Amino acid sequence: MEMKPSIQMEPKIDYDNFTSIRNQLKKEQRSLFIKRFLSNRSVVIGGSILLVLIIFAIVGPMVSKYTPLEIDPVNRLQGPSAEHWFGTDNFGRDLFSRVAHGAQVSLGVGLSVAFLTAVIGLFVGLYAAYYSILDHIFMRICDALMAFPDILLAVAIMAVLGPRPVNVIIAVTIVKIPVVARIVRSSALVVKEQTYVEAMKTLGASSWRIIWFHTVPNALSPMIVQVTYIFAIAIILEASLSFLGVGIPAPNPSWGNILYDGKTVIYSAWWMTVFPGLFIILAVLGLNIFGDGLRDLLDPKSHKAINKQ
Amino acid sequence: MVGEHLLEVKNLKTTFLTEMGSVVAVDGMSLHVDYGETLGLVGESGCGKSVTAESIMRLLDERTTKYEGEILFKGQDLLSLPEKKMVDIRGNEIAMIFQDAMTSLNPVYTIGNQIVETILTHQKVSKKEAYEKAIEMLRLTGIPSPEKRILEYPHEISGGMRQRVMIAMALSCKPSLLIADEPTTALDVTIQAQILDVINELKKELNMGVIMITHDLGVVAEVCTRVAVMYLGQVIEEAPVDNIFTNSLHPYTKGLLKSIPKIEGDRNKKLYTIEGIVPSLHNIPKGCRFAPRCSFADEQCRTQSPVLKETDGGHKVRCWHYEKIGQMEEKIDVTATS
Amino acid sequence: MSQQQAEKEARKQSAPILQVKNLKKYYPITSPFGKTKDFVKAVEQVTFDLTEKETIGLVGESGCGKSTTGRTILRLTEPTEGAAIYKGRDLFTLKPKEMKKVRKEIQMVFQDPHSSLNPKKRIGEIIEESMKIHRIGNKAERIEKAMYLLRRTGIREDQYYKFPHEFSGGQRQRIGIARALAVNPSVFILDEPVSALDVSIQSQVINLLEELQDEFKLAYLFISHDLSVVRHISDQIGVMYLGHLVEKASTDELFENPLHPYTKALLSSIPIPDTRVRRERIILKGDVPSPINPPSGCVFHTRCPFVIEKCKKEKPIYKESTNGHLVACHLY
Repeated sequence: MEMKPSIQMEPKIDYDNFTSIRNQLKKEQRSLFIKRFLSNRSVVIGGSILLVLIIFAIVGPMVSKYTPLEIDPVNRLQGPSAEHWFGTDNFGRDLFSRVAHGAQVSLGVGLSVAFLTAVIGLFVGLYAAYYSILDHIFMRICDALMAFPDILLAVAIMAVLGPRPVNVIIAVTIVKIPVVARIVRSSALVVKEQTYVEAMKTLGASSWRIIWFHTVPNALSPMIVQVTYIFAIAIILEASLSFLGVGIPAPNPSWGNILYDGKTVIYSAWWMTVFPGLFIILAVLGLNIFGDGLRDLLDPKSHKAINKQ
Repeated sequence: MVGEHLLEVKNLKTTFLTEMGSVVAVDGMSLHVDYGETLGLVGESGCGKSVTAESIMRLLDERTTKYEGEILFKGQDLLSLPEKKMVDIRGNEIAMIFQDAMTSLNPVYTIGNQIVETILTHQKVSKKEAYEKAIEMLRLTGIPSPEKRILEYPHEISGGMRQRVMIAMALSCKPSLLIADEPTTALDVTIQAQILDVINELKKELNMGVIMITHDLGVVAEVCTRVAVMYLGQVIEEAPVDNIFTNSLHPYTKGLLKSIPKIEGDRNKKLYTIEGIVPSLHNIPKGCRFAPRCSFADEQCRTQSPVLKETDGGHKVRCWHYEKIGQMEEKIDVTATS
Repeated sequence: MSQQQAEKEARKQSAPILQVKNLKKYYPITSPFGKTKDFVKAVEQVTFDLTEKETIGLVGESGCGKSTTGRTILRLTEPTEGAAIYKGRDLFTLKPKEMKKVRKEIQMVFQDPHSSLNPKKRIGEIIEESMKIHRIGNKAERIEKAMYLLRRTGIREDQYYKFPHEFSGGQRQRIGIARALAVNPSVFILDEPVSALDVSIQSQVINLLEELQDEFKLAYLFISHDLSVVRHISDQIGVMYLGHLVEKASTDELFENPLHPYTKALLSSIPIPDTRVRRERIILKGDVPSPINPPSGCVFHTRCPFVIEKCKKEKPIYKESTNGHLVACHLY
């Protein structure tokens, strides 16, 4: 990082050499990022749990001999065995297959909610931060939404929309948008006051450029962390809705549904509550650990310290 | 120099233990302060001047900081004192004021509360006496109608006033050593002049020793009796204040003095510059630490580190060639003018 | 030397490139119910001309309105009243599209080198982007120019793809200057460009700014609280107090013959880095009054050592002493 203020003028710039320098630098920065990523214990542990769950959701249904809807009244409420790894439920359906398919549903709902809240929340938060009229409108709506307890609001929305899987995603997304919007708005407000945004204005940059090219990259980190938590919360909310009977409609499996079915036989068939419960815990735990790790990773302070090397 | 000094720092070495290995922020620091004198500690950011002050007060987190050497205050070594004893010394015997008076005052308590609390922690007086003392201190620092001011909150008064309150608070226990860390950097020049006056007056009144940490050589010239110039964790020159300005020996000190724009003389001349940037503490140059930026450096400078050598009359310098450089510069000046 | 002076004379006669006339900026203070209760009178009737290739310095203490003046000219905040005439057109009446074109020609350099560069962008891209906004050149030309400007301001071009946090304060300030230069401006508004830098770095940046002024034929509006720096770089100096321009003169004239008592106090309170120089100091009493309720009459009368009865009632008007030396004081 040595530098000489006195400069010799050379009109020609070695372009080829320059491209290689650029590639070298970008490569170094990428490997540094990967190194930091892998040296963060929470990210690695949380990420591994998630990876295992995703593999389970994909591979599980393939290796299972039964379909999740196949009724076998003769073999109902059987404990875990070599034939039925997680046992069977009160209709004799294979629980392993149901939990694996449920994983697809639950993770799918969670992922969709995380994605949708991120996109919509980002939009709402950014424009609320930059335009005061929109700020008043959006934020009052958010206040109103946040005044209700999550589950109550979700149930109300489901009641209006009707019990379909897509509606579960819509309901949970509506419930969680205000959280993301508020976080994006507050970090965008901080970025908005930074001198570099002012500098872009003096250069004649449009608000569009300032918002999307200069604010988003700097306001993204807290949002990403929040969205991983929302992923986890969405899984719980979906399970709760299904448990209450207003979520994923029977007979389709979801972790919440299976728990609901198991509720009545909780004293005789422990496996019907333990297995789906275990997976919910695993998914939420994995996501929360991952989110904590991301928060440390994306924190500019820890960033600087490692870069000093 | 009869008897012992008020404060004597001997070979202080402060090491920060970080994730990336250890960083020596202050390396082989020796200095002393006597009663009634102001020692200026000058240098650019990262030179270790604030770390020195924090080491004397032992304010750094001792889990990640290692001190070596001795800090003798009135004859006892502060570094070997238990933390309990240190608490008695901080604020009572050695006081410190900071650059940012706003964040150094607690916004939820009144000014009076905060000064009284300091007094009550260290002295066995009644609350009423403490309040009288607080008013007295505020008056000493030149705050008008202090009886009313002690009921106000920090945000209700201006920056200059806050710095006065900080000084009043620091001096409320009549310490014998005051460490002022860039006390006027955040203030405007007309307010700065007021504050420097206050510090000078109180120094005489209380016969304190003062360590004035600053990057502003103008402030040094105004208030200091002796100056130590620091560069990358080391003292590179130490001298009575007049010597620094009339007869500085180290090329870094000379360069600093020449590179400041003046308010008198020819202003169309280009400013002198010290080339390059201050290296990071993670990457300390071999030999003389200033060698990579020094226009007089030779092979010896780049390989062997010079020691702080006393020339005459308390003037110390850390440079291999200080005698030669003086002559060389004279020659350059002569040829330039002729 | 005489040639230099002749050049300076010639400059003075050329038409001003930017004329600021009676600039006024009030910030409204609103109550929680959206009613305007009061105004912060940040800038009040400020008038000055900026000539091509010349530097005018604005000095004053914090809150005197010097930075607001600079920001208002660029319409980073909208002015309350007044005009800023650039090449015959009033900036304050331009439509956004026309203003965008003018922004290219008037650039700003900021005080804080740490927050003035986007931390997520590589420094080369930062400079390139300013050209992209104004559609200057194609990609290859833009990169080439960005590299040239980096080198010209003292950053090695192989650092093109590094991030701002990898540079020191002084280097970042150089990058900020390069970004401003990229769009071929003719005016720079410099808002405390060297205040955050160390002494040895400060002189490097000042020298760089002086070189660039000659090379790119720039006019500077140099805003600073540091009188010694302003003296070194400016041809003209305006002294501001509580939103008012209290004195304006050529640099040498102002330092040799300050007329306003505030200027005198300001000059006398600069600590001089030399123990051989001892001066009579005028220490002002008290603090700067609040800009919400500025004192009646002359705004300086609450702290002025020479205050007379008239100062409390009447606002002083500008009087000209010699060739362009303006002062607003009853005593003169």
